[in-house]
Amino acid sequence: MSDAASETASSDPFELKASAITVPVMKLFDPDMDRITDLLTTKIEQAPDFFHNAPIVIDLSALKSGDATVAFALLVGLIRGMGMIPVGVQGGNELQNEAAEMLELAILSNSAGRPRPRPKARAAAAPGAAPEEHSLLVTRPVRSGQRLYARGGDLVVTAAVSSGAELFADGNIHVYGALRGRALAGAKGDVSARIFCRKLNAELVSIAGRYKVSDSISREHWGDAVQVYLIENRLVVEPI
Amino acid sequence: MARTIVITSGKGGVGKTTTSAAIAMGLAQRGNRTAVIDFDVGLRNLDLVMGCERRVVYDFVNVITGEATLNQALIRDKRCDDLYILPASQTRDKEALTQEGVGKVLDEMGKTFDYIVCDSPAGIEHGATMAMYFADDAIVVTNPEVSSVRDSDRMLGILASKSRRAENAEDPIREYLLLTRYSPERVERGEMLGVDDVQEILSLDLLGVIPESPDVLDASNKGAPIILNEQSDAGQAYTDVISRYLGDDVPHRFLDARKKGLFGRLFGG
Ligand SMILES: Nc1ncnc2c1ncn2[C@@H]1O[C@H](COP(=O)(O)OP(=O)(O)OP(=O)(O)O)[C@@H](O)[C@H]1O
Ligand SMILES: [Mg+2]
Repeated sequence: MSDAASETASSDPFELKASAITVPVMKLFDPDMDRITDLLTTKIEQAPDFFHNAPIVIDLSALKSGDATVAFALLVGLIRGMGMIPVGVQGGNELQNEAAEMLELAILSNSAGRPRPRPKARAAAAPGAAPEEHSLLVTRPVRSGQRLYARGGDLVVTAAVSSGAELFADGNIHVYGALRGRALAGAKGDVSARIFCRKLNAELVSIAGRYKVSDSISREHWGDAVQVYLIENRLVVEPI
Repeated sequence: MARTIVITSGKGGVGKTTTSAAIAMGLAQRGNRTAVIDFDVGLRNLDLVMGCERRVVYDFVNVITGEATLNQALIRDKRCDDLYILPASQTRDKEALTQEGVGKVLDEMGKTFDYIVCDSPAGIEHGATMAMYFADDAIVVTNPEVSSVRDSDRMLGILASKSRRAENAEDPIREYLLLTRYSPERVERGEMLGVDDVQEILSLDLLGVIPESPDVLDASNKGAPIILNEQSDAGQAYTDVISRYLGDDVPHRFLDARKKGLFGRLFGG
């Protein structure tokens, strides 16, 4: 019997096979986002076709385990914003894996490139519940240590966001109170996402991986009602 | 059904036990059957502040483990018939407070009391999470300092997720801010955050502002909750807190640097 014959003979709509695909791995040595952005931009300029829509695995094993989760989320946004498709991470610590999960990346074990069982975060969801793909409305203050994610939509907070709190959204982020924590819009690389807030006191704002920390936000707009968006890879903070 | 109030804070030593004693006494004085429970296993001092340390036979952990009944362990206050104290164990470790055990004791108490005040240890270690879990209301005790405010904010985040109400998707815990050890003089000198600053950062209902007062230490040395001292501004501030908690609209006092008293004015001091 030929291969073709055995394939058509099967009544199943598909079969699952193990296979080895070569995927470029981006191994990080330094979590400094500015340096990463620079190098990545240069590399893409050199070979734009190679990187366009290319899958990529992020290897965190060479980073010190203490390096922040947020930097990692920024990185994913940056890679997506530059037209590549991050598909998984390896070598991350528990926090980083949790963040990877949230960004819908596979967590690969270092040796075989096989996905590991999903950690607890997802297991807590009700069995059979569809993944939430919509906007999230929050009417209570978001406190230090809390982390919210609007998967596939906008995040709207009608109260204040404390320093030490983190907001993520695949779409826009609106804060109708003071924004004192971190806000990362376009978490999956949507460069048209924006952040709106009534009072800008943020520790960090980011769109599709491009970010500013509070020190680099112009004092001119500090405490103002602003919007934050991207023009040609540059973050613009503008009063509204 | 009793209403369970947890007195909590992120940072230690901000005045939770002082507040628990005052609020429990204040509620009971107004005819509410009230119990106050010490969740600070291993570090009990609510009984000292309540002045009943020499009457402790059984404690909270004894009741959880079934070595004593609730009635055996509850100590009735000598000054107020409607007030009972359930002391903490000094010897057991905190793990003795199991969620199931605490829940059972609170359910049983809920049948006879109007209010159950829980004096929590600081932070988020075991005793504190147990005290918080069953709460209907939370009074977050905060000093007007940046570190205390930040820790309170963190506590509020935990309160919003780690409680029976959150798990059962019921109405969230009602949260109140209580600023203690407030010194208007130090606020004026810029050494402390003002009420408005704290309220703006925490965006929370302000239940009261308790001034810094030497009467507080005096009260705990005597074992008489500060609210019993009607001469003291701290005592009066706690009385206002009770009124506000029970729904009266009472203006805040003691927010401004001390005006000269009658004596000072008469004698031009
Ligand atoms: N309004 C006040 N004025 C002056 N001193 C105060 C005031 N409130 C509390 N104190 C003092 O602060 C100290 C700590 O108070 P207390 O024991 O009530 O705090 P706590 O939050 O229960 O502490 P812990 O976290 O250790 O349980 C005590 O010495 C108390 O007398
Ligand atoms: Mg205490």
